[in-house]
Amino acid sequence: MRKFSLVSVPYFWLLILFLVPFLIVLKISLSDTALAIPPYTPTLDLSEGWAGFKAFWSELDFENFVFLTEDALYWKAYLSSLQIAAISTTLALLVGFPIAYGMAQAPDEWRPTLMMLVILPFWTSFLIRVYSWIGILSTEGFLNQFLLWLGVIDAPLIIMNTKIAVYIGIVYTYLPFMILPIYSALEKLDGSLLEAAEDLGCTRTKAFWLITIPLSRPGIIAGCFLVFIPALGEFVIPSLLGGSETLMIGKVLWEEFFNNRDWPVASAVAVVLLAILIIPIILFQRNEQKQREAGK
Amino acid sequence: MTSKLLTTVAALALASAAAAEEVRVYNWSDYIDEALLAKFEAETGIKLIYDVFDSNEVLETKLLAGGSGYDVVVPTGTFLQRQIAAGAFQKLDKSKLANYGNLWDVISERAAKYDAGNEYAINYMWGTTGIGVNVGKVKEILGDDAPVDSLALIFDPANAEKLAACGIHMLDAPDEVIPATLKFLGEDPDSQDAAVIAKTEAVLMGVRPHIQKFNSSEYINALANGDICVAFGWSGDILQARDRAAEANNGVEIEYNAPKEGALMWFDMMAIPVDAPNAEGAHKFLDFIMNAENMAAASNYVYYANGNKASQEFLAEDVIGDPAIYPSEEALQNLYTKSPYDTKLQRTVTRLWTKVKSGT
Repeated sequence: MRKFSLVSVPYFWLLILFLVPFLIVLKISLSDTALAIPPYTPTLDLSEGWAGFKAFWSELDFENFVFLTEDALYWKAYLSSLQIAAISTTLALLVGFPIAYGMAQAPDEWRPTLMMLVILPFWTSFLIRVYSWIGILSTEGFLNQFLLWLGVIDAPLIIMNTKIAVYIGIVYTYLPFMILPIYSALEKLDGSLLEAAEDLGCTRTKAFWLITIPLSRPGIIAGCFLVFIPALGEFVIPSLLGGSETLMIGKVLWEEFFNNRDWPVASAVAVVLLAILIIPIILFQRNEQKQREAGK
Repeated sequence: MTSKLLTTVAALALASAAAAEEVRVYNWSDYIDEALLAKFEAETGIKLIYDVFDSNEVLETKLLAGGSGYDVVVPTGTFLQRQIAAGAFQKLDKSKLANYGNLWDVISERAAKYDAGNEYAINYMWGTTGIGVNVGKVKEILGDDAPVDSLALIFDPANAEKLAACGIHMLDAPDEVIPATLKFLGEDPDSQDAAVIAKTEAVLMGVRPHIQKFNSSEYINALANGDICVAFGWSGDILQARDRAAEANNGVEIEYNAPKEGALMWFDMMAIPVDAPNAEGAHKFLDFIMNAENMAAASNYVYYANGNKASQEFLAEDVIGDPAIYPSEEALQNLYTKSPYDTKLQRTVTRLWTKVKSGT
């Protein structure tokens, strides 16, 4: 009995924070728009009892999902989001791994300080940090002024309002989520393994590829998922830093919701996004589980 | 024990609610002299919570979701009309609005297009949608005879292409841009015909590669800092950019022009949501805003014309005397208004807009 109640706590958590909101969104995605408060129909009228529920049920349909397949905009936006998320994740890995490696190699007494430096940006609001990139990247921004002053460039670089700015924003924002899991994997790495490899004639580079990388793989995988999953649905960064050509599903969803006032189609977009995200989320869970089992 | 505790908590909550009466106002960004907010609090003893938005769509979504918690909101006329139809507002109790007589009949009559009989809303500010130009840079690129007062500056791809590197921003508001594009084409800007509206696609797709950003608030700073050359935006916002540039003394000279082809005239209306927690306080706020001196202070600060006749004697000369803000009788004739789209047309318009913005 006690075991049951212990197990049920996370499921209860999942039910309240995931399943119930999801069912509400799913229900709206099956409704039709209306000029009313709230702007969709039908709404469930419990006062009419069973008959009301049946009438409500009969009005639900999959029309909005069919609509998503009829317009190229939606799958293009999903694909474009997947691409942006994948490129950002790769960039974050390329930047994050050396940092994590450097932290793990650093003397013990430095590590808390380095860790602190990685976490420190979280003390400032995410929104303010993204906004400050506007000041850095804009045509008259710090970066351009600095480069012009150095004489590296003659005319200001156009970075702001392009995809490059979106990549910079995403990599910057999610970098700690890449660094921390890799660092924690590298930190546990047994240094004697590397010594043994070198004793047995491995070069340092070869030992790095044969030992360090495979042993830090769980951290790399965890870091990649932690960056990829939120980047896929990202809305704030592309809308602040990106230009009009940056097509992302988060922005499409916003437009359905706010410009078209079409909550049902917006909900259908969200349901499909979730379906796409479920695959990497399940893979991530598996990876975590494997790691836990290996840890035993 | 528990119930006793709950009662105490409830009593405390009630007591604090009574002690600090609150009015929550949701208005456009950069749209008031903030000294007025403190003045309202000092005069009435009501705590004012003032939030801002930068698109009608955001406001409408909050209203239609219900329970927005706001007591006063400021939608534009076209949106107001649809929201009234959706049952989002309560009728004003004009007996509580002592300053109602200060309103300007010319504007109230025009605004009645959206709110028949002026039952639900009062006009806060009104203005036109037009072209903001960085005079120096545009003339440098297009020559001294650059068409700075014509829609052709933006909607003719030959001009837009040359200005692209310098930067063009456009309102992210299909409700404003599509009528202007129709005007550029010589069509009825208030057309409700999907086939006519579809004609704008070719024009907009032709200039979209040259538009740096579709956004409805960033152009104030971008113009003022000299980051961009041209913005298609709201009159007062561009005039604010002009003044910020002048204050910063950064060598940037900004000018606002209502397009000579005709400009969209819009009305931002103050209304009280049907579920406003403090409708009484909302009326007090509206009455405070309708006070001639207060309204004049707001206009003097944001460079928009208002719908308050009595305020005109308190307006600064560079506001009442500026034809970009208070157009002449003749120029007023050249302004047009727009009706809301129905649901089906709205979807066509938004889809067109998405295509224009993203190329997809």
